[in-house]
Amino acid sequence: MELFELSAHELHAKIEKKEVSVSDIVKSVIDRINKVEKRISSFLLVNLDEAINRAREIDDQIADGREITLLTGIPVMIKDNMCTRGMLTTCASKILMNYIPPYSATVVEKVLQAGAIPIGKANMDEFAMGSSTENSAYKKTRNPWELNSVPGGSSGGSAACIAAQESILALGSDTGGSIRQPASFCGVVGLKPTYGRVSRYGLIAFASSLDQIGPITKDVTDSAIMMNFIAGHDKKDSTSVDVPVPDYRKSLINDVKGLKIAVVKELIGKGIDEKVKKCVLDAVATLKRLGAHVEEISMPSLEYGVPTYYLVATAEASSNLERYDGVKYGLRSGSAEDLLSMYYNTRREGFGPEVKRRIMLGTYALSAGYYDAYYLKAQKVRTLIKNEFDRAFSKFDAIISPTSPTVAFKIGEKVNDPLSMYLSDIATIPVNLAGIPAISIPCGFVDNLPVGLQIMGKAFAEEMLFRVAFTFEQNTEWHKKRPAL
Amino acid sequence: MKVTEKDVEHVAKLARLGLSDDEKKLFTQQLSNILDYAETINRLDTKNVAPTSHAIPMKNIFREDKAIPCENTADILANAPASENNMFSVPKILE
Amino acid sequence: MSGNYEVVIGLEVHAQLLTESKIFCDCSTKFGAAPNTNICPVCTGQPGVLPVLNKKVVDFAIKTGLALNAKIAERSVFARKNYFYPDLPKNYQVSQYDLPIATKGFLDIVSEGTVKKIGITRVHLEEDAGKLVHRGAAGLRGSTSSSVDFNRTGVPLMEIVSEPDIRSPEDAKTYMEELRKILVYLGVCDGNMEEGSLRCDANISLRPAGQKEFGTKTEVKNMNSFKAVQKALAAEVKRQTQVLDEGGRIVQETRLFDEASGGTISMRSKEEAHDYRYFPEPDLVPIEIDRKWIEDIRKTITELPQEKKLRFMKQFGLSDADAAILTDDKDMADYFEDSVKLLNEPKEISNWLIGDASAYCNENKKNVSDLFPPSGLIEIIRQVKKGTISRKTAKEVFIEANNTGKNVNDIISESGATQISGEEELLLVISEVLAKNPKQVAEYKAGKVQLAAFFVGQVMKATKGRANPEVVNRLLMGGLMQ
Repeated sequence: MELFELSAHELHAKIEKKEVSVSDIVKSVIDRINKVEKRISSFLLVNLDEAINRAREIDDQIADGREITLLTGIPVMIKDNMCTRGMLTTCASKILMNYIPPYSATVVEKVLQAGAIPIGKANMDEFAMGSSTENSAYKKTRNPWELNSVPGGSSGGSAACIAAQESILALGSDTGGSIRQPASFCGVVGLKPTYGRVSRYGLIAFASSLDQIGPITKDVTDSAIMMNFIAGHDKKDSTSVDVPVPDYRKSLINDVKGLKIAVVKELIGKGIDEKVKKCVLDAVATLKRLGAHVEEISMPSLEYGVPTYYLVATAEASSNLERYDGVKYGLRSGSAEDLLSMYYNTRREGFGPEVKRRIMLGTYALSAGYYDAYYLKAQKVRTLIKNEFDRAFSKFDAIISPTSPTVAFKIGEKVNDPLSMYLSDIATIPVNLAGIPAISIPCGFVDNLPVGLQIMGKAFAEEMLFRVAFTFEQNTEWHKKRPAL
Repeated sequence: MKVTEKDVEHVAKLARLGLSDDEKKLFTQQLSNILDYAETINRLDTKNVAPTSHAIPMKNIFREDKAIPCENTADILANAPASENNMFSVPKILE
Repeated sequence: MSGNYEVVIGLEVHAQLLTESKIFCDCSTKFGAAPNTNICPVCTGQPGVLPVLNKKVVDFAIKTGLALNAKIAERSVFARKNYFYPDLPKNYQVSQYDLPIATKGFLDIVSEGTVKKIGITRVHLEEDAGKLVHRGAAGLRGSTSSSVDFNRTGVPLMEIVSEPDIRSPEDAKTYMEELRKILVYLGVCDGNMEEGSLRCDANISLRPAGQKEFGTKTEVKNMNSFKAVQKALAAEVKRQTQVLDEGGRIVQETRLFDEASGGTISMRSKEEAHDYRYFPEPDLVPIEIDRKWIEDIRKTITELPQEKKLRFMKQFGLSDADAAILTDDKDMADYFEDSVKLLNEPKEISNWLIGDASAYCNENKKNVSDLFPPSGLIEIIRQVKKGTISRKTAKEVFIEANNTGKNVNDIISESGATQISGEEELLLVISEVLAKNPKQVAEYKAGKVQLAAFFVGQVMKATKGRANPEVVNRLLMGGLMQ
């Protein structure tokens, strides 16, 4: 096997045993990128020269006796909505086309400090708004399994680069499913941690009460490893929780005997593709065979997740995106004779249609006369959804559903039907609304396109997720499949 | 919810978003559809339900009152689309 | 009251809090730094940044709420106030809407001899905006471009809103003065209206005497001193009275005080009601204030100005007017008390502080805290009592001691200006003066008693001003009687 095909934990073992150098690894990854990137387009910014230099540096340090962490020397792709000091960060938007952040996100700093090697910034839906990465202002990323299909979104670039093996590890962000859904579409592992588990400082905000950064990886072990490094309290983020970070590797237990797992009736009902449903039910059967106690439950409030989300998330986003105005950074329109024209034209030219749509929706939901009926009501429904999850978790250790009702759709298929696009997030959205963690792991294929299994846990129960996911992984071969590129 | 073009214009103004006539028409239709769908949440009884502003309830997160200078203020100014005498310049503000 | 109308005024005061760092980031709040040097990613609204609340800011707000007899909230929340303006980097201000730190308080003022309770609706926290400088014109109107300095962005502000209980422009001024005094006493604000650390906007309306409903109000801004508050509101009362007397209607608008004309000018911009789209700030978590926190803060509140004034009157027998002046500035009040502890002469000390000390501070642009310690003043007073120096000399010694920092007694001995109070010595001089001026002596004895001053003057001349006037007068009378 080539080095680029290996997982982070496999490469770490080789580095430790001095079987390979970090430069070897980076070189292997670079060759791979050069071979496939023009077909995938997962990168907005490629940082390869820097990566080579850094690899050399780290090799020297290792020779000098530098302590090696599990991330030392491992190439990592960073979604382009995370600030990287001195390095262009655009959120895949024209409005930040020339923005060089004066600081780095906490998670980026952590990962760098651990010795990982950033190889570039990943393409995404503009400002993380979308489920296909088609809303990027710069390029479309393709699904490595089927190049005319979408990789999912908004962390499409991050998921695609892992599936195409252009990077060993990747960071994505998830507000309504943006890590899990692309992980599902691309056949890789994607985790959205509990809200507050990972710092949001430096993550360019979409919906503040829903956003989280999480790992996108080739297998569950790598996901656990990344969590060891990125999780933790950050005093720069008031919403980050001060709860100790366990060694998540300890939860990689191949045993689900006696665990109580619920399958949500509403998420395997109407709207879900029959073949996707079959894959998921087969996966559930596997878990049952391995000793888990499985039961179907009804969570009727989940049906209201999507409309609730499109009021809460867009309201917060409409406010978070007010700062993009041509005054301090980023694009300033050429038609800016006075302040108002500068505002109107800069935002008109700088934002794409989906972003505009959501700003309009969110502003509407907060506007005078509508606040109670829309935003406030939605926040109350959010409580109902959260309560329903709490009730379910009092009886069950984990809740399972398909990550997405379909496999990856074709590029262009849903672009003109926003509502249909929004509905594809029906299984992932309630998780963000409740603030709980969830992981998507590959569990099958439909017409050679991957199907994702979503495992949800109660707040701070990432260990339970890893245990169930790891068990499934150890007893199946889905995660070993790679697209033919 | 029937959203009119006037509504769209008003909201675009609040959001300082310049829209073309085509965009106004398109958004009027799309916003109506989406809000129609969003209004399904009204079927739920939330009479005695408190809103969730923070999914993981927390309180009293503070920092100490200590001044610590930022060491690269120049990098912040370097991103200014227009600047003068170390200040961010903007075009004339009409009343 | 103006004619048949009752004046209804409510004041909104913004006070910059005396913290080291800004409300949501570690930048310094120090005034006067070069543009855009006290900035960081957070207060310049960079993509991806998050606010973290400065605890001291909350302490100060609780303290203020307590001093204003308000109810401190058990739970308080920040909210975003959304509007676009270049001095607001995020184009929203983090402020408070539904659950402010304190509500339902009051402040007593004295109005035409009686005590009036002015209700305080709320006290809340928010961040300050930046500073805009306009080019091509004196101000905003007609400017060709503008620039922003974000040093001030994020400085903590406390907004104090009064009920519309104020009934005259004079009372508005009094309210501002009392409020300022309390804030300075508490140590939460330096109360400098000219520098902008204390700002005031007013809402003012008139209603026919006896009417319950409020009239249409106008908002008055740009009042940069206490005098301006009174002037602006008086002008607005006059304007509104005229409009109403002529049968017109008051337009609800914002008017700016114009120092030059002494009146208010309509802002004339298309006054649309702002839709600020307030919603709870998702990047900050709620504040929960328990009894212990409130009591801990309460313990830090030392006597407030009103209390202190009354105590001074009672304890030291001072007049209302004197006590008021002494307690107007906490430093002066403390200085007074420290001085009285050293020498129990409250009236004398009070005179010195209200007179010479205040004059000295004003002329030299100094604060009471810059003066020499109370022991210096007491020494001067003692030496005057002893007769070592005259009052006139004492004033000079006071000035020199404060200018140079030299010890009072050193100054007195060096100056050679010590007073001659010794009777033997003075008798000699007096005898000489009387002997040298026989004509005037005769005239005095004949009835021209005003010549006494002439003799005193001659004694003073002979002693180069050092003779103790009281002793001279006494001895002279004795001498002239013969």
